[in-house]
Amino acid sequence: MADTHKSRLAVFKFSSCDGCQLSILDLEDELLALSQAVDIAYFLEARSTALPGPYDVALVEGSITTQHDIERIREVRADSKYLVTIGACATAGGIQALRNWKDVEEFTRCVYATPSYIDTLHDSTPISAHVAVDFQLNGCPINRYQLLEVLTSLLLGRLPHTPAHSVCVECKRRGTTCVLVAHGTPCIGPVTHAGCGAICPAYNRGCYGCFGPMESSNPDSLVHQLQANGSSSAELVRLLRNFNGYADAFRAASEALEKRPQ
Amino acid sequence: MTQTVRSERALRLENLTRVEGEGGLLVRLEDGKVKEAKLNIFEPPRFFEAFLRGRGLQEVPDITARICGICPVAYQMSAVHALEATQGIQIDPAIRSLRRLLYCGEWIESHALHIHLLQAPDFLGYESGIAMAQNHRMEVERGLRIKKIGNDLVEVLGGRAIHPVSACVGGFYKVPARSELQALKSHLEWALEASLEVVPWVAGLRFPNFQPDYEFVSLTHPTEYPMNEGEVISSRGLRLKVAEYERVFLEEHVAHSTALHSVRADGGTSYFVGPLARLNLNLHLLHPQSRKAAANCGIHWPSNNPYTGILARAIETVYACEEALAIINSYHPPERARVDFKPRRGDGCAATEAPRGLLFHHYRVDEQGLIESAKIVPPTSQNMRRIEDDLRQLLPPLLQHSDEEIIQACEHLVRSYDPCISCSTHFLKLRIERR
Repeated sequence: MADTHKSRLAVFKFSSCDGCQLSILDLEDELLALSQAVDIAYFLEARSTALPGPYDVALVEGSITTQHDIERIREVRADSKYLVTIGACATAGGIQALRNWKDVEEFTRCVYATPSYIDTLHDSTPISAHVAVDFQLNGCPINRYQLLEVLTSLLLGRLPHTPAHSVCVECKRRGTTCVLVAHGTPCIGPVTHAGCGAICPAYNRGCYGCFGPMESSNPDSLVHQLQANGSSSAELVRLLRNFNGYADAFRAASEALEKRPQ
Repeated sequence: MTQTVRSERALRLENLTRVEGEGGLLVRLEDGKVKEAKLNIFEPPRFFEAFLRGRGLQEVPDITARICGICPVAYQMSAVHALEATQGIQIDPAIRSLRRLLYCGEWIESHALHIHLLQAPDFLGYESGIAMAQNHRMEVERGLRIKKIGNDLVEVLGGRAIHPVSACVGGFYKVPARSELQALKSHLEWALEASLEVVPWVAGLRFPNFQPDYEFVSLTHPTEYPMNEGEVISSRGLRLKVAEYERVFLEEHVAHSTALHSVRADGGTSYFVGPLARLNLNLHLLHPQSRKAAANCGIHWPSNNPYTGILARAIETVYACEEALAIINSYHPPERARVDFKPRRGDGCAATEAPRGLLFHHYRVDEQGLIESAKIVPPTSQNMRRIEDDLRQLLPPLLQHSDEEIIQACEHLVRSYDPCISCSTHFLKLRIERR
């Protein structure tokens, strides 16, 4: 029998790679404890029994790409007290939002032999374009410990502590030499939200923006510096158009670059 | 929601659970015969092959990783090898070993996930691994710890377990220090012993008696269990270079199906990829402890029973631990992390063995190093036709049972393939049938 005192957690998937919901199963040390602390009522990847709402917390992975998705996310919203988007697809449209700058009919013909079977919207959009979102967790993939923090805080009724600074701060904390200043490697860490632990610079490469734009970032200024270092406009458009390319700040910067090619 | 609807003798499972991605099953019966059995894929298309065009070749492994959060390393490995083929790059032997080590980590975590959280519950009558843990806590905790060690290995080599960042065309952005890998040794030694205990536990499950006549397909290699390279062979005598793959296997579009199905180009027949195919075709290439575990587990190899796929995963987990330890023991950091190259026009393909089976990539690159065309054939797409063939064979003796029992039997079979629907989606035909 369901324990009525336990909070009810649900995990929903839209267009995505499954990596963010897999982060829950990757909490190997905490998973069994988590399953005792909350009632995991709906999580198709993990259990066959699917319990109906209402839910206390809905974790939503993936972007909206079909008409059916739009109907489904509205139902999820109606069923859930807190709706938390997990990852770049749900929060910014994901890598599949690259279609938003292209002709999706041409894309369909490129990939599928019989395009008429394909039911898809022109754009891949974030969850927040369709329903109210209570909290957004960045990352491609999310940091599983940040997810644990968000769940813990919601269950305790406090605000989650997730850092809002840039990847640069994490680099400094890790003691990594700046790849942009020292080696001239193109890096968008200065405008990217922290959360990954500044992995890429520690692996001798520039940040490619998995955690999306940080609040109040200034990508245009960074773009100016990267161009001065020798990056072409085309390269920078591609660097800004990865998993969070459709997030406002990155999108505005890449579109500005396209309007003023240098 | 698992929902069964019997209407005009149609059984419908709205959502397959405990698989990666979202799909359903539709079975249509007519006069007590199986008229139709199909996997419905309603995972929306994501168009990877289309938006890869125009991207720089060095961006490809980062992007293709996002096809699948469960096997990103596989997508990175097939991509870097195929792109190196377009550029005529020969990687250093030490880099090749490190890539194998990275793959070992992914095999361990993916197999442990499938065995303990996705499929063992079918055999033992639970709706989830978490529910199973109430009565089988030791086994589930052991499995989670093995899984964690696989993830740790990927994290050390690639920075994080999901979508690691270190692999690139030509090698790695960074290679680990010897001490970083040495620190993993005691954990991998524990995982080896633990996975040797998993084999008899899994072998003791009750495998339904079902043995279709399969054509198993996998890579093979003269001296090592196949992961990153080799020729393609089959249990019916095929042997070909990876470059000939598209001549021998093709993706067929069938009117009644929502999916493109890979089939043999000559006869249009289905085939089977994955751990069971690999093990059946490469048993002699296992290391001593995994070979002994396979010999003593009570199943006669080669096995034509798809349910023994869980056992093949357990044996491959033992192998991956042995192989990882062997690589770590002989590891010295290579002089260079990657081969430098100036992009050139080229055409190339590669296949590697993802946890779920053969994964084929083919790219054309222009003189600036931008992608002109991309083709990706995931393992699940290759098994799709085979799964439907299996369902048609499985169902007739079950028709007297209740809807729920039939659906359960179908799901159990489908999960034995460990299908990854997220992987195959950008590529599967999508049709939502609403009635």
